[in-house]
Amino acid sequence: MKTVYDRPETLTSSKTHYCPGCTHGIIHRLVAEVIDELGVREETIGVSPVGCSVLAYNYFNVDMQQAAHGRAPAVATGIKRVHPQKIVFTYQGDGDLAAIGTAEIVHVAARGEKITTIFVNNTIYGMTGGQMAPTTLLNQVSMTSPEGRTAIPQGYPIRVSEMLATLDGAAYIARVSVHNPQEVSKAKQAIKKAFELQMAGIGFTFVEILSTCPTNWGYTPKESLKWLVDNMIPVYPLGVKKMPEER
Amino acid sequence: MAKVLMKGNEALGEAAIRAGCRYFFGYPITPQNEIPQYLAKHLPEVGGVFVQAESEIAAINMVYGAAGAGARVMTSSSGPGISLKQEGISYIAAAELPCVIVNMQRGGPGLGGIQPAQSDYFQAVKGGGHGDYKLLVLAPASVQEMADLMEKAFDLADEYRNPVMILGDGILGQMMEAVEFKEEKKTSQMEKPWATTGAKGRKPNLINSLFLDPLELEKHNLHLQQKYDRMAKEVLWENYKTDDAELVLVGYGSSARIAKAVVDQARVQGIKAGLFRPISLFPFPKNALQEACKCAHNVLTVEMSLGQLVEDVRYNLEFKVPVHLYGRVGGMVPTTRAVLEEVKRLVNGDQGVETHENCL
Repeated sequence: MKTVYDRPETLTSSKTHYCPGCTHGIIHRLVAEVIDELGVREETIGVSPVGCSVLAYNYFNVDMQQAAHGRAPAVATGIKRVHPQKIVFTYQGDGDLAAIGTAEIVHVAARGEKITTIFVNNTIYGMTGGQMAPTTLLNQVSMTSPEGRTAIPQGYPIRVSEMLATLDGAAYIARVSVHNPQEVSKAKQAIKKAFELQMAGIGFTFVEILSTCPTNWGYTPKESLKWLVDNMIPVYPLGVKKMPEER
Repeated sequence: MAKVLMKGNEALGEAAIRAGCRYFFGYPITPQNEIPQYLAKHLPEVGGVFVQAESEIAAINMVYGAAGAGARVMTSSSGPGISLKQEGISYIAAAELPCVIVNMQRGGPGLGGIQPAQSDYFQAVKGGGHGDYKLLVLAPASVQEMADLMEKAFDLADEYRNPVMILGDGILGQMMEAVEFKEEKKTSQMEKPWATTGAKGRKPNLINSLFLDPLELEKHNLHLQQKYDRMAKEVLWENYKTDDAELVLVGYGSSARIAKAVVDQARVQGIKAGLFRPISLFPFPKNALQEACKCAHNVLTVEMSLGQLVEDVRYNLEFKVPVHLYGRVGGMVPTTRAVLEEVKRLVNGDQGVETHENCL
């Protein structure tokens, strides 16, 4: 019988700790499929963050380093400078990347480090139990914005992709989503593009992926996908924000 | 190789290159700027990499990444910058990564000042960040010794898979002295089969400090502790006229140089003074200190802090000998005259104390 669907070699057989309906699992698989398709599993070094995906090192079947909260881009810089021929990626959530790790992500892009960042944005701190993140939407309820986030004094959500796209060192910046099969397919294309451009030595590549958190949002998995479409995409429009010029 | 006249910070940079260090990640702070400046110029000449990071925090995390990738790597900073690095240092110690960290101490606390101090002693030898961990800490007292200890620091870091701190101060970093460098060792460095280099033909490697199971985390801590115990054999020290010394001065780094001059001046005045200079601050040379103080009626630590080294000296002498402190802080440096006065005061107060039977 012909196998039509299987676990990518870049994923281990470990069961994940992710909650039901969480889209981290889909995103892990997309990254793993891309690494498989590019044939670079043995050449890839990943960096896991602090947050829900801290245990990503148990799931990606590649060399991994676990980084302090927000510091994955700095750790990845150290790795890439030592092994410029290897493929280096960070996998980070929005609390990790857009709050405590803001300086690291901005400067890794400014330096044009030839690494790829997979940025999973679900507008909330998941692992710590649903606190407000820099990406939490206005009026969105969280454990630390119980009345809903207000612009003043809690601040506006940060559009990381658009911000990074202003930096000359950033080569490729895209925002994608995984709320339906078509978007999953586009997300995979974006991830693949990001890895290919890294391998071509073009510069820093970044894919923001809108993701759900049914547990902390308080919706069912299905409702969460609809909430993402209705509420997140208007604030975080999908698309390629920066693409290297044809050469 | 002939001797050359060099600033301490620059000599340290040169020694790092000769020790095989090819990666430096740092952030500017006085009084250590000549280290990154020297390496920014000279690392690329030998195929190395210099990165000026966006922060001390980023710099130490780049060190984490590079060390985890198997490289000989270092960073340098001073007081406030070292404080910022503590998160990363804790992770590096926990993940057992080899690297060298230089602290050219300046006056604190807070922003403090830019003049020399030794008030980061506790931070260096007791861990510094969160959790139970230790750095190997080496304290040179001359430009030559800084150069010599650099190679040792990298070798120790690799051997123990542990961060090593060179604890200097603004004087040592800024002063010029003659220094002779060893030829660069051509021998290959230690194999690092644990490093993340791409899992080619092997199982993936992981650099990590997370242990969610309490029993596992306790096991990891006990493993680290056993390693720190094993380091006890790496003690380094210098004795100066301690054989018959009834008053032993104890100091490290720049303060030890001042104390040494005081020993000579005291001897001229008929005072049996000596100097014990710990070179490794962790591990602390306990047995050597006890031996150096076997005739001592009094011990006087000379330090540019208000009492940090003195605590370890008391502890390591097991409170058997009175241990006193002469400290200046904030960038003020002890003068030989003032220390000598303190020595004479202690000796005069000592009249009538019987000489130890081993020292008649």
